[in-house]
Amino acid sequence: MSDKLKVAQQFMSVLPHAHALGMEIISFSDGEVELAMNYDERFVGDPETGVVHGGAVSALMDSCCGAAAMSHPDNSGPTVTIDLRIDYMRSATPGQRIKAKAECYHVTRAVAFVRAQAFDHDESRPVATASGTFSVAIK
Amino acid sequence: MKAGKSHRTKPESVQVIKQRRDGVLKALVQGVPYIQFLGIQFDRRGDELTAILPFAEKLIGNPVLPALHGGATAAFLEVSAIIELSWAMLWDDVESGKIKIDALSDGKMPSLPRTIGFTVDYLRTGLPRDAYARAIVTRSGRRYASVHVEAWQDNRQRPIAQATGRFMMPIHKR
Repeated sequence: MSDKLKVAQQFMSVLPHAHALGMEIISFSDGEVELAMNYDERFVGDPETGVVHGGAVSALMDSCCGAAAMSHPDNSGPTVTIDLRIDYMRSATPGQRIKAKAECYHVTRAVAFVRAQAFDHDESRPVATASGTFSVAIK
Repeated sequence: MKAGKSHRTKPESVQVIKQRRDGVLKALVQGVPYIQFLGIQFDRRGDELTAILPFAEKLIGNPVLPALHGGATAAFLEVSAIIELSWAMLWDDVESGKIKIDALSDGKMPSLPRTIGFTVDYLRTGLPRDAYARAIVTRSGRRYASVHVEAWQDNRQRPIAQATGRFMMPIHKR
């Protein structure tokens, strides 16, 4: 395991909200981050179908995009979300773990631009996509 | 029967009205595990809803500042928006008696709107204290609806975040 990933995992484990949602860092390197969240009945938005609430997916996307901005080699410090847009393609299948993949594709002196996709076990059809901007401090 | 000018019916008692409206709100909110997980509550004044997110340690994103997690704020806004839209959608049928409150609390909730997309602007740091939100349905058509929502903490004039949500309306049999 890379040192960077280990540091990121430690950092993540002390963020109370990320911890409460059981978020886990799968990979963390140079502007690309993967995060996962296990299915949990407490996160359900529709009790009839057992589908996870969009808000929980939003929280995962926000964390994943923020982490991607943070992992970018040009960025030196913490990041703060400026804006985040999420589009929901379909319901995540109940019982399945949700994985988000974010890519920080451009960084200026003040802003990082990030896009992300979220998947359940079917990685050919995204559950949601996101794009956002984050404030950063350039080295 | 439509209440015309010619035959005005006796107004309902305040308890009956309150019980019905609070009952609908409760049915909308209480059954959703994620709303309970975040601890979101709703305050009702007539048909106006205010969502309340009581502060909890688990909502913190950055323990150094400390600040609310952007995801918690986004989820709070999204819950506020979808409850407001569902509430507005059900209002007429509940008031007219077409939808009975007993049926709602028995879990026979009609289909609710689904989120197509959600865009959040973070305006100020969310501080470690209670947050409030109000949503406005800016457009509600047969298939799509658009909702604007704002969240604030100490000062209503200084929102911490705003968002617009795009929703797909359930297919309604009229």
